[in-house]
Amino acid sequence: MRTLALFALVAALILGTGLLQSWNSALLILNMGLVSAVMALGVNLQWGLAGLFNVGVMGFVALGGLAVVLTSTAPVPEAWAAGGPRLLAALGCGVAVIAGAVLVWRRLPKRLRGWGVAALLVAGFFVYRALFDPAATAVEAVNPAATGYLGGLGLPVLLAWPVGGLLAAAVAWAIGKTALGLRSDYLAIATLGIAEIIIAVLKNEDWLARGVKNVTGLPRPVPYEIDLQQDPGFVARAADLGIDPTTASTLTVKLGYGLLFAAVLVLLLVLAQLALNSPWGRMMRAIRDNETAARAMGKDVTARHLQIFILGSALCGIAGAMMTTLDGQLTPGTYQPLRYTFLIWVMVIVGGSGNNFGAVLGGFLIWFLWVQVEPIGQALMAVLTAGMADGSWLKAHLLDSVQHMRLLTMGVILLLVLRFAPRGLLPER
Amino acid sequence: MDVLNALVALANFVLIPAVAYGSQLALGALGVTLVYGILRFSNFAHGDTMAWGTMCTILATWGLQAAGITLGPLPTALLALPAGILGAALLVLATDRMVYRFYRAQKAKPVILVIVSMGVMFIYNGLTRFVIGPDDQNFADGERFVINARDFREMTGLAEGLALRSTQVLTVVTAVLVVALLFWFLTHTRTGKSMRAYADNEDLALLSGINPERVVLVTWIIVAALATVAGVLYGLDKSFKPFTYFQLLLPVFAAAIVGGLGSPLGAIAGGFVIAFSEVGLTYAWKKVATYLLPESLAPEGLLQLMGTDYKFAVSFVILVIVLLFRPTGLFRGKSV
Repeated sequence: MRTLALFALVAALILGTGLLQSWNSALLILNMGLVSAVMALGVNLQWGLAGLFNVGVMGFVALGGLAVVLTSTAPVPEAWAAGGPRLLAALGCGVAVIAGAVLVWRRLPKRLRGWGVAALLVAGFFVYRALFDPAATAVEAVNPAATGYLGGLGLPVLLAWPVGGLLAAAVAWAIGKTALGLRSDYLAIATLGIAEIIIAVLKNEDWLARGVKNVTGLPRPVPYEIDLQQDPGFVARAADLGIDPTTASTLTVKLGYGLLFAAVLVLLLVLAQLALNSPWGRMMRAIRDNETAARAMGKDVTARHLQIFILGSALCGIAGAMMTTLDGQLTPGTYQPLRYTFLIWVMVIVGGSGNNFGAVLGGFLIWFLWVQVEPIGQALMAVLTAGMADGSWLKAHLLDSVQHMRLLTMGVILLLVLRFAPRGLLPER
Repeated sequence: MDVLNALVALANFVLIPAVAYGSQLALGALGVTLVYGILRFSNFAHGDTMAWGTMCTILATWGLQAAGITLGPLPTALLALPAGILGAALLVLATDRMVYRFYRAQKAKPVILVIVSMGVMFIYNGLTRFVIGPDDQNFADGERFVINARDFREMTGLAEGLALRSTQVLTVVTAVLVVALLFWFLTHTRTGKSMRAYADNEDLALLSGINPERVVLVTWIIVAALATVAGVLYGLDKSFKPFTYFQLLLPVFAAAIVGGLGSPLGAIAGGFVIAFSEVGLTYAWKKVATYLLPESLAPEGLLQLMGTDYKFAVSFVILVIVLLFRPTGLFRGKSV
């Protein structure tokens, strides 16, 4: 009942935006709301179901974005010729060194292994750099203004979404292997660091995805507005509905994205619900509520944690790929932890951790507020400052600062929910 | 001569910046570690507490400068520091009263408090940007250099110059004073002793009549002071930007954890470990190597182990290594 009512409220809010502001912005909110809901579902899997404190969401979202570039852009043959194989060899060498170090650590006797691993890593690092640096320079030198990277595989962009999930899952596996044994707040700091490192890699490794030069013009799974406007059939239909072709085309494109995203969300939500109610889900909750007891019952807590950490991160990766597809460009400079990590956490906590519908609801609701707080704040400030003299220093400052109301509002919402409804709007059953 | 030149280059580009940065991190990590030891949670809002305290100091500095009051060769910000500390203390005490106290009374799990501190982080972040905006602010004034590179070259006749900025000296001196004061307070005063007792064993401390609210109050004031001093020193040395301070959270936490959460000595050691590794691994060693190696072996590349943008990776890798091999940190912190 409560679930239905709250979802109806969100629908009303978005419809209200459509009626009062414009359908364009309503659809924008809806689309990003769908993406946010997928991210929140991933975090909810980790936190709500298993109690894992992952504040590296931003990193996995960015990896999803990277997957879009790697899958869907056309390959750059000149760059591959210049240094592609060498680059891959260098990366392979890096992985081999790390694997070798792990092996040495396991095999050598206790006295020697510290030194053995250190020697291997130092030597491996220099070999790796010797192979890697010239290759990367060669690749980046190929027409740096337009390409300067290896390009992708040229596959359909929809394929990038599962690939984004896989990429995020692979990285999550590596992180989970090292960091999951740690205590909850250590894990938090570790994941926070990983996310920053992933962003740093995306910003600096130009051969991979052009770094801060951004990759723009990514392929789209939906038609282009301009093609729709030139299609006589479409123009005629738009005229029948009484909308001008330009508006009609933008709405159609956004609606197309919305349908695709909604399909993904529904699929993932069904899967998450099935997982939650399965014996596996019950085991997860048992581990979350009492790790010691679960271990005594013979459950492999570390392995289960790793499993769910990978699954949740994969969801964030998928969402990241969807978002980059929606934007049509990968801009590593725009990834900020407040927006892509902590905001998702607010969504999960406000929606109700442990409840998949709660996470989805939180995703829509918080995203709506995140977008709408600014115009509301502007209106509020306009009223507040109405009495002040025009051109006064304070008035200008207050009107300028409205954009920072968002962070403040999100913090206040989070604290209020934690205090007065600590289990969220839709509590776990 | 070449060895001397190499040493000077090393001091100029690695040792001095790392010592200054390490002192700033140590002060930040001390705050994190105190909150952890006494209030028993990892305070994610610490970076933004630093930003807020620094912002208050900057506003006071501007006020003093407008009134024509300066400290001569020293930065005016030093004079404004008490105002900044007061501002930060008021903010954290208000936060404690309105937010944290409720969860303390409930004896909430530490991880809940971490999430609560995330909300507080949002609010501080918004407040700071609301007042001063998200842009860079430079508020250092006074004498810029104690020794500048040219004077040093003329003085010693070496090819390599050594620049010692006054903010760097100031950072180290202030940090030493603050740390000495803190340790004296913790070991020699009644309040300090009760704080340590409370951190050690809460129940026992309560039984022996220590007032927990008082301990918490004093802790928050000290934390606000430490955060403000760390933030102001960092801002004087580099520049003030709210987002950078938020990002400082990572190295500061790394320092506190590497040293062992809850251990003040560890926080200082951790700060320097992190700072030296960050600066050392991201510095291009070409210059030093050229002086030291014979000409035939002169390096071609920059000899930079990692790009400066990967400095987060450094603190992170150290953090993971220490946690894997010595889970309670170098100085045996405690774990909840």
